[in-house]
Amino acid sequence: MLHEAKSGHSAGSIGLADIFTALYFNVLNHDPKNPDWQNRDRLILSNGHVCPVLYATMAEAGYFPKEELMTLRKLGTRLQGHPHRGTLPGIENSSGPLGQGLSIAAGMALVAKREKKSWKVYCVCSDGEHNEGQIWEAVMFASKYKLGNLIAIMDRNNIQIDGFTEQIMPLEPLGEKYRSFGWHVIEVDGHNMQQLINACNEAKRVIERPTMIIAHTVPGKAVSFMEFLTEWHGKSPGDKETIDALSELETERKSYGNID
Amino acid sequence: MAGKINKQMNLIEVLDAPQSKLPSRDGFGKGTVELGESDPNVWVMSADVAESTRAHLFGEKFPQRFVQVGVAEQNLAGVASGIASTGKTVFISAYGVFSPGRNWDQIRVSICYNNVPVKIHASHTGVTVGPDGASHQALEDIAIVRVIPNITVLVPADAEESRKATIEMGKTKGPAYMRTCREKMPVFTTASTPFKIGEVNVLREGDDLAIFACGPQVYYSLMAAEELEKEGISCAVINMHTIKPIDKKAISYWAKKTKFLVSVEEHQIAGGLGSAIAEVLTDECPCTLKRLGINDHFCQSGTPLELLKKYKLDKDGIKEFVKANFKK
Repeated sequence: MLHEAKSGHSAGSIGLADIFTALYFNVLNHDPKNPDWQNRDRLILSNGHVCPVLYATMAEAGYFPKEELMTLRKLGTRLQGHPHRGTLPGIENSSGPLGQGLSIAAGMALVAKREKKSWKVYCVCSDGEHNEGQIWEAVMFASKYKLGNLIAIMDRNNIQIDGFTEQIMPLEPLGEKYRSFGWHVIEVDGHNMQQLINACNEAKRVIERPTMIIAHTVPGKAVSFMEFLTEWHGKSPGDKETIDALSELETERKSYGNID
Repeated sequence: MAGKINKQMNLIEVLDAPQSKLPSRDGFGKGTVELGESDPNVWVMSADVAESTRAHLFGEKFPQRFVQVGVAEQNLAGVASGIASTGKTVFISAYGVFSPGRNWDQIRVSICYNNVPVKIHASHTGVTVGPDGASHQALEDIAIVRVIPNITVLVPADAEESRKATIEMGKTKGPAYMRTCREKMPVFTTASTPFKIGEVNVLREGDDLAIFACGPQVYYSLMAAEELEKEGISCAVINMHTIKPIDKKAISYWAKKTKFLVSVEEHQIAGGLGSAIAEVLTDECPCTLKRLGINDHFCQSGTPLELLKKYKLDKDGIKEFVKANFKK
């Protein structure tokens, strides 16, 4: 997809593949054939630049044909460079400028809570966007209104455009920060399916507090020449890089056994 | 000369002696309460200035549909977008310098790109904020909001019109913006004065030139026109309560009829009402347009009336501006 589009964000998209798989194939209560279903769980993507993994997961789940994935970022596509609500059914929010998604998710969760709806709101966000002040405004807000139906998942991959997060603008101790703001915090390996699913199930049982799942991930996971390299935050692979990356990912996939 | 006033507009009987003076932000409070009574899907949000923006009136009556975010205008816009995307109509209210001043990006992406029904009420706009000084005088808001796709932009002329504007924008499907003022000003429109988004109100007929005004300057323009008539200059006065979508038909009509237009606004002349009119004229029917507003500078502290006088945005200032620019 990213090779075909000739631009886009590779490392974060690959690093989030396990998290999106857990969400769309286990955690979310949703119906790909009826994306506007009133009682669906809402998934808000805050760091919209990782949308290739969102689109790929949605296509896999049946929201739209997989062939359409190759139209990413091309004129006339429903797969805009950053997600647009209204263009592609199943996209809950437009995003791109960082730091905005948690507020939107909190607004939705407040309605669900006040009107006693059963659906939950999930918000996928990045570590780097915690540089933005708006995130912390939303963190206070969700705590004030006791939004137990809000479950956020942070892609803690330690990189942002200019370098490592702890060098650019140190974020730690993230868990302590969230706890002190009144949130329930769970830390997991963001590539361990069971841990991710268990964390979401635990979060669903927390009624009076929002939950932040800090998912430790490897940017560019399983692609040897991408892992942990900040230069892969915002670029797409060339011809040979694409062949190599797909080959390594295939090897990784096969390591899980004979699955199709 | 009162014969030139358009009777169909149902303005108050004695225009130069208004019975009531109210800040236009009051209309927001009344309008949201009226809407809240008839529509259970209307929500109102505040960023720590509920009483000042009159959002508290709704909050006291409908606490389950009222949300207080504190001094956090970016979160205000974002949470509103989330609430609106579940099918609610959400009014957010703060001072103009903070919303859209602080949260323009959130208004652009979370609200307008999402195209959700969030209605932004910016109170305390213009120099009539007065003694608080330049930091608190929103003079650029129309310019920065009207360039965003999907949004309607309203600048009501008095407290009665802001009540109607609140109700009408509550009925529109997409994002909307309404600008009001802090200071008490004459209420010269009535419950039966027409208000339709996108259609100007011709308040006074005239043959020599047409004054297009918005906000408190509509009333001052009417007063100035009365006096100018006595001095031999016949001015039409148009209430431009809608900046976007702009009434191109009316602008073209008056451009062709009088060939001389004046715009008056409590806003920077760059990007505001005057600029919006100039864009229509350039595209459709070039004619002379003289723009009165704040000319690329910050303003000072002072009482509202002192400031309107200093920046020539009151009756005498408008009169002087017309006389300086219009030659028969």
